[in-house]
Amino acid sequence: MQEITQSTNNFEQCMKCTICTAYCPVVPVNPLFPGPKQGGPDGERLRLKNKFFFDENLKYCMNCKRCETACPSGVKIADIIHSARMNYSHVKPKLRDRILANTDFMGKVARPFAPIVNSVMATAPVKAIMDGVLGIPKERTFPKYQSHGFISWFRKNKEAHQSTFAHQISFFHGCSTEFQHPEVGRAFVEVMNALGYGVQLLDEKCCAVAMISNGLFDQAKRNAAHNIEIFEKAAKPIVTVSTTCTFTMRDEYPHILKVDNSSVRESIYIVEKLICELIDSGQVKLVFNPNYKATSCYHIPCHMEKLGWNIFTQKLLSLIPGLEMQTLDSNCCGIAGTYGFKKENYKNSQAIGKPLFDQIEKAHPDFVACECETCKWQIEMSTGYPVINPIVILADALDLEATFKANN
Amino acid sequence: MSAIVQNEEFDVIIIGGGATGAGTARDCALRGLKVLLVERHDIAEGATGRNHGLLHSGARYAVTDQESATECIEENMILKKIAKHCVEETNGFFITLPEDDLSYQKQFVESCTKAGIQADIIDPKEAIRLEPSVNPDIIGAVRVPDGSVDPFRLTSSNIVDAKLHGAKILIYTEVLGFLKEQDRIAGIKVLDHQSGQTAEYRGKVVVNACGIWGHHMAELAGVKVGMFPAKGALLIFAHRVNGIVLNRCRKPANADILVPGDTICIIGTTSTRIPYEECDHMRVTPEEVDLLLSEGTKLAPSLASTRILRAYAGVRPLVSADNDPSGRNISRGIVCLDHEKRDGLKGFITITGGKLMTYRLMAEKCTDLVCQKLNIDKKCVTASTPLPGSEIKDMESETKKYWDNPTLTQKAAVGRLGSRASDIDLMDEVNSSLVCECEEVSVGEIQSAIDHLDVHNLIDLRRRTRLGMGTCQGGLCACRAAGLIAHAHQCAEKAKNDLNDFMRERWKGMYPIAWGETLREIEYTRWIYADGPETIIENKES
Repeated sequence: MQEITQSTNNFEQCMKCTICTAYCPVVPVNPLFPGPKQGGPDGERLRLKNKFFFDENLKYCMNCKRCETACPSGVKIADIIHSARMNYSHVKPKLRDRILANTDFMGKVARPFAPIVNSVMATAPVKAIMDGVLGIPKERTFPKYQSHGFISWFRKNKEAHQSTFAHQISFFHGCSTEFQHPEVGRAFVEVMNALGYGVQLLDEKCCAVAMISNGLFDQAKRNAAHNIEIFEKAAKPIVTVSTTCTFTMRDEYPHILKVDNSSVRESIYIVEKLICELIDSGQVKLVFNPNYKATSCYHIPCHMEKLGWNIFTQKLLSLIPGLEMQTLDSNCCGIAGTYGFKKENYKNSQAIGKPLFDQIEKAHPDFVACECETCKWQIEMSTGYPVINPIVILADALDLEATFKANN
Repeated sequence: MSAIVQNEEFDVIIIGGGATGAGTARDCALRGLKVLLVERHDIAEGATGRNHGLLHSGARYAVTDQESATECIEENMILKKIAKHCVEETNGFFITLPEDDLSYQKQFVESCTKAGIQADIIDPKEAIRLEPSVNPDIIGAVRVPDGSVDPFRLTSSNIVDAKLHGAKILIYTEVLGFLKEQDRIAGIKVLDHQSGQTAEYRGKVVVNACGIWGHHMAELAGVKVGMFPAKGALLIFAHRVNGIVLNRCRKPANADILVPGDTICIIGTTSTRIPYEECDHMRVTPEEVDLLLSEGTKLAPSLASTRILRAYAGVRPLVSADNDPSGRNISRGIVCLDHEKRDGLKGFITITGGKLMTYRLMAEKCTDLVCQKLNIDKKCVTASTPLPGSEIKDMESETKKYWDNPTLTQKAAVGRLGSRASDIDLMDEVNSSLVCECEEVSVGEIQSAIDHLDVHNLIDLRRRTRLGMGTCQGGLCACRAAGLIAHAHQCAEKAKNDLNDFMRERWKGMYPIAWGETLREIEYTRWIYADGPETIIENKES
């Protein structure tokens, strides 16, 4: 008799129930993808026999983790798939993949020329070239780069007096806050300051999620190791505003990249979770602007669902008296980071998101609430409805001065 | 019902559809003989399919039995050429643990070298690097050319080739007695279990290749062959823990071989003398399971927490030679008995002893004797003629011949069928859809087995294709395969009964190790079939 029958090869818990494949958003739209069960626990048994049995079609996995969320046996299916890609794939990342993967580098290059880059990227000839040469679909709208990033705003306007707050937290702003959506970072600082928390920036590197999905595993490992090292020395908790950065740093670092994050994992928060915990423990109070009125739909990003943390955002938004909010059905938007930015995936990406887009259009809200920047790009492009990060919604809905007084 | 008397006379009738019988049928057919093979159950159902599937290098026998060791290494090299799609060149380690005597290693290597087996002493650290699952406490390691062999595929390939060369194969056909003419065996009386018909077949020579059951067959013929039934129990783990065969570098003992075979790995064996009557009803006991686990974890510690799929046991067909109660020290040598010389019974040969590894050599020796009796002067060519499916360079280049971007299903088909995979259209949507998901067995593979590989029921189908041999043990695929069989045989009722037998047979192997994840799987399967297919059938009928 054995005491334990779960070896380090976690796929042995798989009961073959196939619920993962039923929940996979890619399977119904792309017949080339073998699906999470076949590509994950089933395929792994053959790959252990011979790496010849690796199937390059595993690249169609979006790494949305919906299979893992659905699995009743706790099998890390998408991790198995991505580890297999890491260990066995013969296909080298293309130039396009390298461009898409290096979100921070591209942001730095594009920023000085942001107005030009944004308008040039939107023109038909450039889109045609990107489509033909790079394999980035011409239908895709690119997020706009901002001339002035979050960091320079912070240094100029906020940094000096952060040390005056009684409590200190570290802010992992992520690439999109710096390069495309500095308003998210600004809202974060305003809200945390109003709650009595000083914000410290980190010498962060991109969380590496796009490197993992594009097969740049060595670079991803270096970024991961760097981030964990700086987190260890930083003020805790480490707070983020993007779902995927959070998820990657908590779970993908150890599972896929084999970078040990155990010393800091429990200190990595998304801001909605932190604020909910502070409210629940009576440490902060929120004072809302009585004139705030809006209707919204909340789209749960797949990685938020995997974390199981959407309840915090739902709770926080439900506290806003003037906000009428409906949570949308659980449905991947189809973008999955850089996945939908690839020509070969574009059609499938849009097909995956279609039920979600239809539901949003039917609900006709003022805006969609969502913590993930790539979901935002996809939904905005596909529906025309604005998508706003919940921390920005909160900053708008709060009476920041009154909240500041209540907490400081 | 009167027996059907067949007028045609065969040159040779072979009784027994194990590796030896199939190999003999092939050899005889290749030498131009008119061959009939009869098997009371399915091919590879006895000892052939109930061992490690170890492609012995011979190293295991080097110290105790040079003759067997030499035979093994010769056959090892032959099978790597003629049965490429059935064997895997994994190499093997003979490891020395702190509790073992390291000085045995020297004697071991010398004996291997003498037998012609390449045996290289390697640094324990290097051994751990090459095979990370090995016990990290090892103090010595020797590398030998062990490998793994799929006994089902090997036997089936021999049958296929025998048939291609005109042999007639009758499975589920039991020999009830012999046709005797004075001092000569002139044929057999059989019962066809499928139809219930009895029949008689005439043959110039009859070969008893029944393994342990040869004891009974000899008795029916009126001669005595004292067999020594030694039961060996084994455990199948749910995935490959090791890539290289692991053995203990000491005198052969219990549970000291861990073989990576196909998608799983197998630890074994025990060795227990059993009464002859028990050969048909073997059960693995809790004591055997405990012994296999405790010894197995000494080879690879991770076995302690690796899911076990099933337990099974086989009977070694050893010929009694001395009074050793364990059966370990009996020679594994080949016994080919010419009953004319031995007992004055003409036209009857018994081929037994030996092992899976030497099946081809056994077949050669036996066929030589058959030819001698028939006054036929034909040389054996089985050592150099590839089996059907083996005409490949390697899996990768074979796959590339048919598909630019092969899917896992297509690769798996080549992995099992070798060059015969090209007979199946795996670009077709229906053919390429999966029946058995754990082992990647497609509709096309199942259909091809039903059409060409003497499949009568689901259990036969499992032996031909690996259907239901994976993690779920048939829970999800058996019903799909039953549908295909029902369609092919135009009989739903029989397929339902088949499904019942199949699930029972799967359960038999899971019962001795029904705990942990396997128990969850069993419960899940039970839920799918709502207390077993029997209930489903009964409910529908009522």
